[in-house]
Amino acid sequence: MIAQNIGFWIIAVLMIVAALRVVTTNNVVHAALWLVVVLAGAAGQYILLAAEFVAITQVLVYIGAVMVLFLFGTMLTRARIGAESDLNNSYKKLGIPVGLIMLVAMGLALTRSFGAEKLPDSAKVVSTQEVSDQIFGPYLLPFWALSFVLLAAVIGAIVLARKD
Amino acid sequence: MSPLLAEIPYWGESLFRVLGGLVAVLLPAGTIVYVFLFKMMSFMQSRLGPMEAGPYGSMQLFAEVGKWLQKEDIVPERADARIFKMAPIIVLLSTFLLVVVVPFGPDALFTDLETGIFYALAVSSVSVLGILIAGWSSANKYSLLGGLRAAGQLIAYELPMVLAVMGVVIQAGTMNLQKIVVAQNSGSMFGIDAVGHPYLISQFVGFVIFMIAIQAELTQAPFDMPIAESELVSGYMTEYSGFRFLIFFIGEFATAGVFAMIASVLFLGGWGVPFSWFGWTSIDEVDNWMNFAGPLIMFTKMMLIVFIIMWIRFSYPRLREDQLQRFAWKGLIPVALANIMVTSILKVVF
Repeated sequence: MIAQNIGFWIIAVLMIVAALRVVTTNNVVHAALWLVVVLAGAAGQYILLAAEFVAITQVLVYIGAVMVLFLFGTMLTRARIGAESDLNNSYKKLGIPVGLIMLVAMGLALTRSFGAEKLPDSAKVVSTQEVSDQIFGPYLLPFWALSFVLLAAVIGAIVLARKD
Repeated sequence: MSPLLAEIPYWGESLFRVLGGLVAVLLPAGTIVYVFLFKMMSFMQSRLGPMEAGPYGSMQLFAEVGKWLQKEDIVPERADARIFKMAPIIVLLSTFLLVVVVPFGPDALFTDLETGIFYALAVSSVSVLGILIAGWSSANKYSLLGGLRAAGQLIAYELPMVLAVMGVVIQAGTMNLQKIVVAQNSGSMFGIDAVGHPYLISQFVGFVIFMIAIQAELTQAPFDMPIAESELVSGYMTEYSGFRFLIFFIGEFATAGVFAMIASVLFLGGWGVPFSWFGWTSIDEVDNWMNFAGPLIMFTKMMLIVFIIMWIRFSYPRLREDQLQRFAWKGLIPVALANIMVTSILKVVF
């Protein structure tokens, strides 16, 4: 387990540094690229947890689609090369308490529900097949509900984009 | 499965894998450039192509690489230098990550991921990132337009590609590329197992969609709007020179090779021959020599697929940008969805 722990800390430090650079860098595209590092780091952490499917989905959805669309959008509209001075808005101080509250809430949720409980050293690796059996079996209804939410978002986007 | 040779320690195995990965990416790329780009294109245009360097110009590629390496590594003054230099490496990296899941024999594989094809589709989408930032960081309008066109095109054609693969996954019942190979070679059609059951036949619609989609993903003509030389100089590659251009160039043809390998795994039975020829019934009975014959069979099938890609590339003129998008969203995607429906219905019925 020691190798995984070392891996975890290296990736975690990298992710924190990259996350700080996302909000401190003075160029939109650079910020987006630092965000790619954070998201790729999360994919790495999932692999360390032997969650292969989630890791690949993370890469496909967040790096391959969301960040590409994000970069596409900023490059099409306002991304300049070099430093920009007007990237911070007046709400930037509000981010710090919000971030702290999120950290405390998640920390509490984790410690309250698991306490000192630890994963057994030889935890069984859940295969992708088992994940899909669960999604399309007992969790079919929530899965459907989620896809309806996505469908509504897609239709909404089309309605907003139509000119007539 | 019998052990390949003697017991190899872990570091030795890792070394083998790295070397194997380099060979699996660079050797096809070089062969494709020489056989198709230099020779086939020349013959189609009634000329000889390179003839001076080596017999029949076979050393031409080394001369070209030498030329590129000598050239100055120019970064435009107003460009974002760090990102400009990073972009080609991201593109090539995605190719190297892609080859990792391709199986070359019963034991000759890099990794045996349970979600192999899903992984391949995910990492292939990373190259878009490299192309986008290459276009942006060049500080050149043509480059930026090329980058944006490339991103729009790659996103649009990734969907039909994923949907076409879905048919194969449904039919094989697995996303593992090794198991897809085995399913095709140990299968039979209507009780006849002389050629196994290549999904080329039962997933023909999927194969055609997949081929069109990889043609567009590789930005080969008729889908080469991102680098359209008559409109955009050279698109996102305009400002690149010397060895960074070389990386883009290698990336283009290496990715063509790897995508062709994946296509042959999905539709032509990959490294395998129909198992019934030698009386094998499962992967455990496959003889050890397939580890050496497998890569060669794979290479042959890959060349066949790349031949088709290049044939189309040299035959058809470029589409228009709006035709390209309409073709993907209104043509390929509905057909691919219908293909999935039909495949899953047939899968349940039979």
